[in-house]
Amino acid sequence: MRTGRHLHILILFSAVVAVQLLTLATSRSFYLTQLTMTAYYSLIIIGLCLLMGYAGQISLGHAGFFAIGGYTSAVLTTMDLSAYKGSALVGALMKLSLLTSRQDLYGVQMLSLHPWAACVVAVLLTVIIAYAIGVPVLKLKGHYLAMATLGFGTIIYSVVLGTQKFGAADGISSVPAFPLLPGLTVSGAPGLRVQNYYIAWGLVAGGMLLLLNLIDSRVGRALRSIHGAEDAANAMGVDTAQYKLNTFVLSAAFAAVAGVFLTHFNGGIGPSEASIMKSVRYVAIVAVGGMASLWGTLIMSAVLNFLSLRGYFGSFYDAVFGGVLVLIMLFSPEGILQFDGKAMMKKFFRKTE
Amino acid sequence: MFLELFFQYLVAGLTYGTIYAIVGIGFNIIYNTTGIINFAQGEFVMLGGMTAVTLHAFLPLPLAILGAVIITMAIGGLIEIAFIRWLVKPSVLRMIIITIGISILVREAALVLWGEGVRSLPYFTGNEISALSFGGVRVSPQVLWSLGVCAVVVVCLNLFFKFTMLGREMRACAANRDAATLCGIPTRNMITLSFVLSAGIGALAGCVVSPITQTQYAIGGGLAIKGFTVAILGGLGNSMAAVAAGFILGILESFSIWVMPTAYKDAIAISLLLAMLFLRPSGLFGNREAFKLKDF
Repeated sequence: MRTGRHLHILILFSAVVAVQLLTLATSRSFYLTQLTMTAYYSLIIIGLCLLMGYAGQISLGHAGFFAIGGYTSAVLTTMDLSAYKGSALVGALMKLSLLTSRQDLYGVQMLSLHPWAACVVAVLLTVIIAYAIGVPVLKLKGHYLAMATLGFGTIIYSVVLGTQKFGAADGISSVPAFPLLPGLTVSGAPGLRVQNYYIAWGLVAGGMLLLLNLIDSRVGRALRSIHGAEDAANAMGVDTAQYKLNTFVLSAAFAAVAGVFLTHFNGGIGPSEASIMKSVRYVAIVAVGGMASLWGTLIMSAVLNFLSLRGYFGSFYDAVFGGVLVLIMLFSPEGILQFDGKAMMKKFFRKTE
Repeated sequence: MFLELFFQYLVAGLTYGTIYAIVGIGFNIIYNTTGIINFAQGEFVMLGGMTAVTLHAFLPLPLAILGAVIITMAIGGLIEIAFIRWLVKPSVLRMIIITIGISILVREAALVLWGEGVRSLPYFTGNEISALSFGGVRVSPQVLWSLGVCAVVVVCLNLFFKFTMLGREMRACAANRDAATLCGIPTRNMITLSFVLSAGIGALAGCVVSPITQTQYAIGGGLAIKGFTVAILGGLGNSMAAVAAGFILGILESFSIWVMPTAYKDAIAISLLLAMLFLRPSGLFGNREAFKLKDF
């Protein structure tokens, strides 16, 4: 089992390398930009997969967590603090060397929070919000849970759209690059394309490893028991409420990390990232991937996100995801990789019931 | 002056309240017969308004509305037959995802068909500036139209469910589907009928409020959330309570403009929804004991 898991990660790694070499060989390295974005979206989606597929809890508000992460980081790293140099807080931040100074678009020196500090704040904030929302929301089931998370997503969307501080409909732009380590920078600069591609997919591989380990552990078994029969799991002594909450928060943290990185990669974030359609899209991809299948979800996420980002769906991308959602749920609720055409045909053409 | 403003907001709240109430009733009709929350409920309102505007280009207003209601009813029925009828005991999660998918497909189809433009029907009587004055409060006749239509719909529905055979069969189906089947009631047809009925009511509401609130391809999603809020607020399955809850929500929203930026208006409904779900999911008028026995 252990070796199998590492083998899979190894296969993922070689696939990532192979794709990079392929784009190099066919001199289409501009594909790497979309592939990098695909990786960050996949990070949210595998987190959601843990929540939906394994713990059995739907969330129609994950774009909200992504937006909280992305917007927090964007606001903190674009805020010019040089006017507040005298204040105690800024002084303390400076002593801890959490601030960086750089030149803005017009060559004016500005002082802002270091992206690492902003990233930590963004993820912490998301985790706190996810806890606060999760405690009441996860007591709900079925339709109520779906509507409550949808409501949460809508609130986040209308807040970012209606607040001037968040750039309203324009979003926040000119977010600086994120220097991860010396020599490693998350940025959309064409020269750093290959580097960013590996950073993004490395993050996904790390996330996968974490989730795969989690699923095969005591926690994973507890989650599956919740999905199967919550009351029974409870009776067996599984603290169902706690497990559900932790899973919810973990998947929100995945979304927040993805939000932070993608915002720095794109150099900005807009309100559409918080929209309900984005949340629905994530749910759709988890459904297509087969709910309780991390690998299936990752594969479908890579394919569908890449096609969508490359613009193969034209302006019909929402319709494509809606259609995919309906078709999968109607004909193959176990995911597209489990589609059993023969049984389906048999069922369809059976004369009597 | 203050009092006048107060009543003006009240009237605005009542107008929006009627449409929320009707969407809420639509949720209840389908929920009662099937146990499904139809996330595409708001799309029926949009379809009704849009179809009526299109038909009005070559038909007189009453006929255009009638046509729009009939067409939307047909679409509602077709949706049920195509996507829901043949599923064998689908899980709740599956039904949620399917109805969300349907709502996206309907919305995108409307976008292709009608574009992004905002449309509206003409005022039924008078025009945008004609108003009846009640002691200083100016009320558009269209507001009276929408209140009237809402009242008629509620009364007719009650009569239908209480006194007609069909209505009783639908209620039997709601109470216990297996028992209803044993009594020879075609439960599957009853479910189709519930979709047809709630599509028709939604379409009618979409037509009546179209002159005031206007219609666009994307209004369905927001209306669905508000309709659901209303249905929960009144207690899921209780149509009369949904009307009261609709007015409460409409009035709250309308007065919120006084204290908050308009951009956050939608957040009121959703906060109310979340608060209700957390604190009293059986609804303001619902019975807690009975709620515990229900299955979600």
